[in-house]
Amino acid sequence: MAPSEETVFLQGHIIDSLILAKVLDTIVMMGATFDLQDVKIGATREAPSQARIVIRAPSNRALADILRAIQPHGAALEREADCRFESAPAAGILPDEFYATTHLPTQIRLDGEWVDVEGSEMDLAIYVDPAKAHARTIPMGAVQVGDLIVIGRDGIRVTPLARPAERDVFGFMESVVSSERPHQPVIADIAQRMQMLRERYRQGDPAAKVLCAGGPAIVHAGGRDALTWLVEAGYIHVLFCGNALAAHDMEAALYGTSLGYGLTAGRSVPHGHEHHLRTINRIRALGSIEQAVRSGVVTEGIMAACVRRNVKMVLAGTIRDDGPLPGVVTDSMQAQQAMREEVQGVGLALLVASTLHAIATGNLLPATVPTVCVDVNPSVPTKLADRGSFQAVGLVMDAASFLKELARSLGWRP
Amino acid sequence: MSRLLVCPPEYFQIDYEINPWMRRTNAVLASRAVSQWQALMRVLEQDVGAGIARMHPVEGLPDLVFTANAGVVVGRRALVSRFRYPERQREEVYFEQWFRGQGYEVLTLEKTHYFEGAGDLLGFPDTWFGGYRQRTDIRSFPTLSELFQREIIPLELIDGRFYHLDTCFCPLSGGELLYFPAAFDSYGLAAISERIPAEQRIAVPEEEAVRFACNAVCVEKHVVIPAGCPRTMHVLHDRGYRTHAVELDEFMKSGGAAKCLTLALD
Repeated sequence: MAPSEETVFLQGHIIDSLILAKVLDTIVMMGATFDLQDVKIGATREAPSQARIVIRAPSNRALADILRAIQPHGAALEREADCRFESAPAAGILPDEFYATTHLPTQIRLDGEWVDVEGSEMDLAIYVDPAKAHARTIPMGAVQVGDLIVIGRDGIRVTPLARPAERDVFGFMESVVSSERPHQPVIADIAQRMQMLRERYRQGDPAAKVLCAGGPAIVHAGGRDALTWLVEAGYIHVLFCGNALAAHDMEAALYGTSLGYGLTAGRSVPHGHEHHLRTINRIRALGSIEQAVRSGVVTEGIMAACVRRNVKMVLAGTIRDDGPLPGVVTDSMQAQQAMREEVQGVGLALLVASTLHAIATGNLLPATVPTVCVDVNPSVPTKLADRGSFQAVGLVMDAASFLKELARSLGWRP
Repeated sequence: MSRLLVCPPEYFQIDYEINPWMRRTNAVLASRAVSQWQALMRVLEQDVGAGIARMHPVEGLPDLVFTANAGVVVGRRALVSRFRYPERQREEVYFEQWFRGQGYEVLTLEKTHYFEGAGDLLGFPDTWFGGYRQRTDIRSFPTLSELFQREIIPLELIDGRFYHLDTCFCPLSGGELLYFPAAFDSYGLAAISERIPAEQRIAVPEEEAVRFACNAVCVEKHVVIPAGCPRTMHVLHDRGYRTHAVELDEFMKSGGAAKCLTLALD
C-alpha cells in the first residue's frame, strides 16, 4: 500500500467557481493521482456541493507539498480518528464489535499514523500491538485472552486493488465465469505467467511461488501425468489437497488404477475397490509419503514428483477419509493454519477440481494474488469470483483437459 | 435610501504594514486625511443622497476607518469579521458593539476561519463573489452561504496589491462589473465569465486599478470613485452612470479608498 495517500474534503460552491477543477489540476500537475469519491452536487444554486478526494502521491514529501498547495483552496484533511481496540474477553472469543477483514490491503491508524496490517486475508480480525505500532490479521480461534483486537470502523482504511500492470487475462479486471469462454487464450496467458514466475522463483524471488490446490478428479480424469510433469518441471511449488488425491495418485503408482478403475484399460478391475485401501495401508506402514517415495515403493506420479522437487504439501483431511494417509492433518483448524502459512509468497494459485480446497484456499488468499479456478461445475468458479477479486479467472472445464493443455503450452510432450 | 456605515479618521495613520501599500515611512497627513474623508461624506450625503451612520473612532485602531471590513450586513443580521492580522483583530469587538447597539442580530464565524467582511464579499442580487487567499479563508464561504442562502463563488486573489476583493472587483447597480482581470487566475476569470456576460464586464486598465478605480461606491446610478481614474470614469459615463471623483490618496497609503471607507447597511 502506498504510504503517501491522504483523503481531503472540499465543500462550498466548488463546481461553478472551478475550485474543484483547480484543486484536481494542482494534484495532477504536482505528479499525483486522485480518486473523486462522494461528489455531492448542491440541489439548488444556493446549496453548496462537496467532494471527497483521495490523493495518491509518489512519496510522502510530494503528498505534503500537494496538501500545502491545495489547503488554501479549502481542501481540508478529512478528520480521521485513530482506530479503536478492545481486549479479547477469552481465548478464541473476539470482542463484540470486532472488525472483520477483507482480502484487500488494509491499514489502521494508531496515534495518528497509518500502519499496514500484515497478512491480507478475509474474514479475520485485526490484532494490534500499539506499543510496537504493529498490526496483523488473526483468526478467531487463535485469539488469546487480553489480545487487543480492532473494533468498529473508525481509523481503518482498505485500499481497492489497482489495475494490474500486465495486459493478460488477469489484467481485465473482470471475473466473468462462462463455459462458453474460449479456453485456449486463457490457458496461454496462465502458462506465460507460470513461465515468468518460475524464472523469478529460480532467481530467489520470495513472492513467485505457484500454488496448486486440487481434488482427486485430477487423477480419475487423467490429468495425473500432466500435473506430475508440471511439478517435475518446477512450475508448482506448493500443493494443497486432501487424502484422496494423494491416495489415488499412489494407488495409480502401485496398482495402475484410480478408485479401482484401470487407468489405461478404462474399466474396473477385480477387487479394484480395495486398491486405495491397500495403498493407504502400505504407506501408513512405511510411516510417511516421503518415506514411500525415498524407499522406492512409490516411483512415479504427483506425490513422487512433489517429494523429489521438495514441493510444500498440505494434506487436509475430511470426515469421509479412509485411513488417512500419514501426514494428513485431520484437525481442520490446524490444516487451515498450515495452509495459511504456505500461501505466503504465492504469486499465482491454480484451484483445480475441488470445491472444498478451492474455496478454502480462495478464502486464505489476499485479493492481490491472481487466481485460476477450474471446475466442470460452474458454481465453484462463480463462488470464487464472488469474493470480489478481479484477478480471479474462472474456467468451466475438465481438470485433465486443463492440466494437459497447460502442460503442453509449457513444453510437455507426452 | 441606502445607508452606509463610516468611521471618522481621527486616529487614522500607518502604525504597521500588513499590505504592500503600507509604509510606516510614508506617513499620513492627518489634516489632509480628515478633509478628504469629509469631502467623501459630502459627496455621499449630498450628491448621492445616501444615509450615513457614523461610529466612534478608537484611539490605537487606525484602520477602524475602513468600515467595509466590519462584517457583512443582510437585512437585520450582521456577521462580524474575523481579521487575519492581530493588528486588526482588535477592531472586531468595536464593530460588534456597534452592530449590537443598533439592534442587529449579530452572527459570528468559527475562530479558525478568517473573513474580512464586505471587503471580501461582494455581489449581485442572486450571486455573491468571495475573495480568498490573501485575507479571507475560503472555508468561511460555505457557512456564509448557508447563513444567507446565497451562492458564493470563491475567487482567488493572486496579486498582493489587490488583497481584498473590493480592491479589484466592483459590482454595479445595472448588473455590470468593474474589475481588474489580472488580479485573478484563469479559474477565477472563467468563473466570472460564466456568471457575467462579456458586454457587462468592464475591465479597468492597470494604471487605474492601482489608483483604486475598483474601490468605488455604487449607489443606484451614482458611482463615487477615487480621483485619477479618467478612463474608467469615461466608460461609466457611457454606460449611463453619474461619476463623482474624490481625492483619497491619504487613504491609498494604507491600501484603501472610497469603498473601503464605507459599509452598505441595507
